[in-house]
Amino acid sequence: MTTVHIQIHEKKHHGTEIPTIENFNLTLNSGEFVCLVGQSGCGKTTLLNSIAGLDSHFSGNIQIGNKTQNSKIGFVFQRPCLLPWRTVRENIELVFENQNAIPKAQIDELLNLMQLSNYTNAYPKQLSEGMKRRVSIIRAFAINPDLLLMDEPFVSLDAPMAREVRELLQQLWQKRPHTVLFVTHDLREAIALADKLVFLTSRPMRVLKEIDVLIPRYQRDTQNVETFREQLIQNYSELRLLIQ
Amino acid sequence: MFAKFLPTLSIFAFLILWQGLAIFLHSHLLPSPENVARLFWQHCESGELPHHLGVTLWRLIESFTISMFLGCVIGIALGLNKKLNAFFDNWLVIFLNVPALVTVILCYVWFGLTESAAILAVVLNKVPNVIVTLREGTRALDKELLNMAKCYGFSRMKTLRHVILPQLHPFLMSATRSGLALIWKIILMVELLGRSDGMGYQLHLFFQWFDIASILAYTVAFVGVIQILEFLVLKPLDNLALKWR
Repeated sequence: MTTVHIQIHEKKHHGTEIPTIENFNLTLNSGEFVCLVGQSGCGKTTLLNSIAGLDSHFSGNIQIGNKTQNSKIGFVFQRPCLLPWRTVRENIELVFENQNAIPKAQIDELLNLMQLSNYTNAYPKQLSEGMKRRVSIIRAFAINPDLLLMDEPFVSLDAPMAREVRELLQQLWQKRPHTVLFVTHDLREAIALADKLVFLTSRPMRVLKEIDVLIPRYQRDTQNVETFREQLIQNYSELRLLIQ
Repeated sequence: MFAKFLPTLSIFAFLILWQGLAIFLHSHLLPSPENVARLFWQHCESGELPHHLGVTLWRLIESFTISMFLGCVIGIALGLNKKLNAFFDNWLVIFLNVPALVTVILCYVWFGLTESAAILAVVLNKVPNVIVTLREGTRALDKELLNMAKCYGFSRMKTLRHVILPQLHPFLMSATRSGLALIWKIILMVELLGRSDGMGYQLHLFFQWFDIASILAYTVAFVGVIQILEFLVLKPLDNLALKWR
């Protein structure tokens, strides 16, 4: 597990005057599950792409542990991003650099935890959307990442399926804790998952407020999540637009 | 069940129609299928047809391999790099539209009536088609899969092998099939104009003698070879690459 410091002075897209991200500072403690909450289109995906090295056109500094580059980053994208011509196991194993050093036992355990043991030789087209998301989560966990980025991974799932995958993710993370930066626009989802909520402004994106979720994980049922959400609405008027 | 036999039925219908027309016209300009088959066998027995067919096929393999390799490399590069594409785009359009006959004549005039000039002429005619097909395929690549590969630190070779080439498979097969058809036609022209062996050279001779039956016999031989190639090489390759579907 690793501490992560994110400092982005400015990130602009081509042909735009207003920066997408400006003076963004955030620290993730080792093993912390942090949820970024912001409106759609505020620049959350741009931030994750910058952290992951997919977009290097910004001024600032990303420090993961002691490193500023070549860190192990797991990324769960909005789409599962599985290779359709490879089976579930082959998709997971492909992310390992050295094919002779694949931790097969660890992958079997992850498949088991995510209830996919019977689908190791299935191709993605044979899986449901929820199963595909679970495979992409396993792939990200399998490399033991220094930082795990998750970009609205349940966004296109129906509510029961999203809840099921979310619960499995929680169980998996509790057994194998990593530092996680999870992006969502759904506050209930964020409260259910996070140690810390980070609320964001829109264009330019900055940190508006950081709030710790103090409910113990085992007590985060629908009722308690809803109560916490209502308390936020009452206590923080500046967040009202984001919360509602 | 009946649909299964339709392809065979259509071939038989064509042969019957051909035979009927040949009997009706009774002219050496349209020999009967039986006559063509007899001549085909005679040319095979004499060793003439296998020799010339072999020479042409070897030229096809050489020029096809070079064209596909160059076309794939340049096509993928142009698809990935907008500046490179902008620089070469006009040239690509020009080379696509230069008549094959002009390229063949210029190659023979500039480099002599040699084997390498013949291969170069075929390659110059085919490469632009492969480039365009592969460039469009590369432009259609799934960017998110490429991002996934980059994020997980795939090497360039690993990305090419596991992420890019499988996506380009339909475009590669399309370039291969259209390439074989186009190269075959250009090779005949090249052989007709400047070689002393091969199918094109023989067809030229038969044309001078008005030997239509031999022309058809040679055509049947080549169509047969292409069909064998399709069923023994291309189809199995297709099935192997697309088994996940």
